[in-house]
Amino acid sequence: MAETRNMIVNMGPQHPATHGVLRVVLELDGEIVVKATPHLGHLHRGLEKLAEVKTYHQALTLTDRMDYTGALINNLGYTLAVEKLLGIEDQIPARATVLRVMLAELQRLAGHLLWLATHALDLGAMTVLFYAFRERETIHDLLEDVTGARLTPSFIRVGGLPQDAPPSFFEKTRAFLKDFPRRIDQYEGLLTKNKIWRQRTQGVGILSQEDCVSFALTGPVLRAIGVKWDVRKAQPYCGYETYDFEIPTGTVGDVYERYLVRLAEMRQSLRIIEQALARLPEGPVMLDDPRFTPPPRQAVGEHIEALIRQFKLMSAGFKVPEGDVYLSVEATKGELGYYLVSDGSEKPLRFRVRPPCFVNLQSLEKMIVGRLVADVVAVIGSLDIVLGEIDR
Amino acid sequence: MGVEQNLPPVLVTNLEKLVNWARKNSIWPATFGLACCALEMMVTSSSHYDIARFGAEVFRPSPRQSDLMIVAGTLTQKMAGPVERIYRQMPDPKWVIAYGTCACSGGIFNTYNTVQGVDQIIPVDVYVPGCPPRPEALLAAIIKLQAKISTEKFSDRPDAAARLTA
Amino acid sequence: MSECQNLVDRLTARFGDAILGAGEFRGQWSVRIAPGSVVEIARFCRDELGFEMLADLTAVDFTPRSPRFQVVYNLYSFAHNLRLRLKADLEEGESVGTVEGVWLAANWLEREVYDLFGIVFDDHSDLRRILLWDGYVGHPLRKDFPLHGVPQKVQYR
Repeated sequence: MAETRNMIVNMGPQHPATHGVLRVVLELDGEIVVKATPHLGHLHRGLEKLAEVKTYHQALTLTDRMDYTGALINNLGYTLAVEKLLGIEDQIPARATVLRVMLAELQRLAGHLLWLATHALDLGAMTVLFYAFRERETIHDLLEDVTGARLTPSFIRVGGLPQDAPPSFFEKTRAFLKDFPRRIDQYEGLLTKNKIWRQRTQGVGILSQEDCVSFALTGPVLRAIGVKWDVRKAQPYCGYETYDFEIPTGTVGDVYERYLVRLAEMRQSLRIIEQALARLPEGPVMLDDPRFTPPPRQAVGEHIEALIRQFKLMSAGFKVPEGDVYLSVEATKGELGYYLVSDGSEKPLRFRVRPPCFVNLQSLEKMIVGRLVADVVAVIGSLDIVLGEIDR
Repeated sequence: MGVEQNLPPVLVTNLEKLVNWARKNSIWPATFGLACCALEMMVTSSSHYDIARFGAEVFRPSPRQSDLMIVAGTLTQKMAGPVERIYRQMPDPKWVIAYGTCACSGGIFNTYNTVQGVDQIIPVDVYVPGCPPRPEALLAAIIKLQAKISTEKFSDRPDAAARLTA
Repeated sequence: MSECQNLVDRLTARFGDAILGAGEFRGQWSVRIAPGSVVEIARFCRDELGFEMLADLTAVDFTPRSPRFQVVYNLYSFAHNLRLRLKADLEEGESVGTVEGVWLAANWLEREVYDLFGIVFDDHSDLRRILLWDGYVGHPLRKDFPLHGVPQKVQYR
């Protein structure tokens, strides 16, 4: 009898279906995966180290570039962590908090749309990409209206927001809210009952609930298996407890249900934005505290005191009390946590990010061993990874 | 599409121009994103910005079939080797667009594991600064590259391997 | 008395000397524990106190303080909806037991700490560098490692 050997296939770091520079070394017995070893670090930019030499204000820009599909949510998590460290989390103006929620939810929609587009593309459904990117552009136009940037806004600052949203933003958002549910129906029409889609995704990538918890999986991956857990509900921030929305869950936890959960989440995000629009209070969007926040832009040009305050804050930064906090928000991928350690100076002693993608990706091997090689692509897509966050 | 009827039956040109004309209007980029900028590259190729207007919509999964490498994102020390290898795998003629500040010069990531500009590894034709640059900037870069291609001479383009080792 | 303090008291009652201190900052509880009994305490936290999830595991370099390092475990309990932080102080060269057997998530997180801080986790099943490559000189997140790095003999290819 002829001797047979397993085949080693190197997937990535340049590979169209790895969502970035992920490298997975697969050992295959025919078409069955025997072993899968992810190799990370191809996008390791030393972000945590870099943040230690930046002031708290400057480090904000780094958070955009971690999970670049959900930059505003990253901003939000970091800002909330710094605010908690400063002890000013209760003083944030109400208008800023509601706007933050709106921006975060819009960003969530954009993130999920990107996931939908690429995940479907990986599995051969190219049309979805063009549909999803059409709406993603609309969202980016909305975000650009407010923040001035498409992808890396650095807009949610300590103390509130640097400027108010223009009136056109609210009009456009209302129009978008009216239009978007129909678009989600379109995506569902393309995929939900699609026979090929179901065959590629149903029954793929299942883990037991105990394993999911032990692997610390969070986000839609955890919810798809039936654990009704969302940071926005469990440990609310920004007043999420006052919004009326549901946590969509699945039962089996396969790739297909992760898709369903994310689509349902998009509808819930719309509900949140709608409520936020309805309750948006008037008032300032930035806390006026000379210790931590810059003066109004207008004043900088008119008063020398304001100019000095601005200059001092931007060049030297603000001192943060000694201590450490861990604060997490619900990012598009799961629980995004920031663990900040302060030694009382202007720069963080330790800037640690709990990256949901990194933790979720760890379960990849367990999900695909014993399965077909084609499932690898489906599972990687369903985990919704972003290498900027995994490698930092 | 109607253009054919208006053309004279005979066109006179030289081979160089003809080849350059064909090359510049059928740039095939490699599907190759490194970091944040890759998202904007994807946006450029999809419905709203429609890179197909410039004949560059055929993103190829394999470097063997592509002639443009859009280096979109931060290049790290760990990724430098694979990038260089991918570049070598591309057949001549080939071009490189450094898309984004990180690819141009390292950007804000001046740390232990980032390469300060992709031009330290491979030759670059067009630099596009921005963090990330807007999709329009990529389209502008492709137009710039097309202008560059249309002036190229056969004799100007030594083979890429020689350029790398020089 | 908060629910979290209850749990901390139970932890102190069970382990006594291994608990070096506990405190609250901004409403978050941290417990300083002896590095020698990390694994038992972790197992107790999971089985008895209900902290099913290891949300995060990381380390901090407190140079020039001695002991230099601190390994930080961020736990979460679904049942209580509470977070708890365990901290173990380590001297340079000291190692700590792996909690991989308690939470599967610890595997990669510990590898990352090993990679970036050079802290060794005893009995870890696969303690290799995860972000940087084998043969890399230095551990980047240590305070004495320069931001721009040190020359590397082995390049990743």
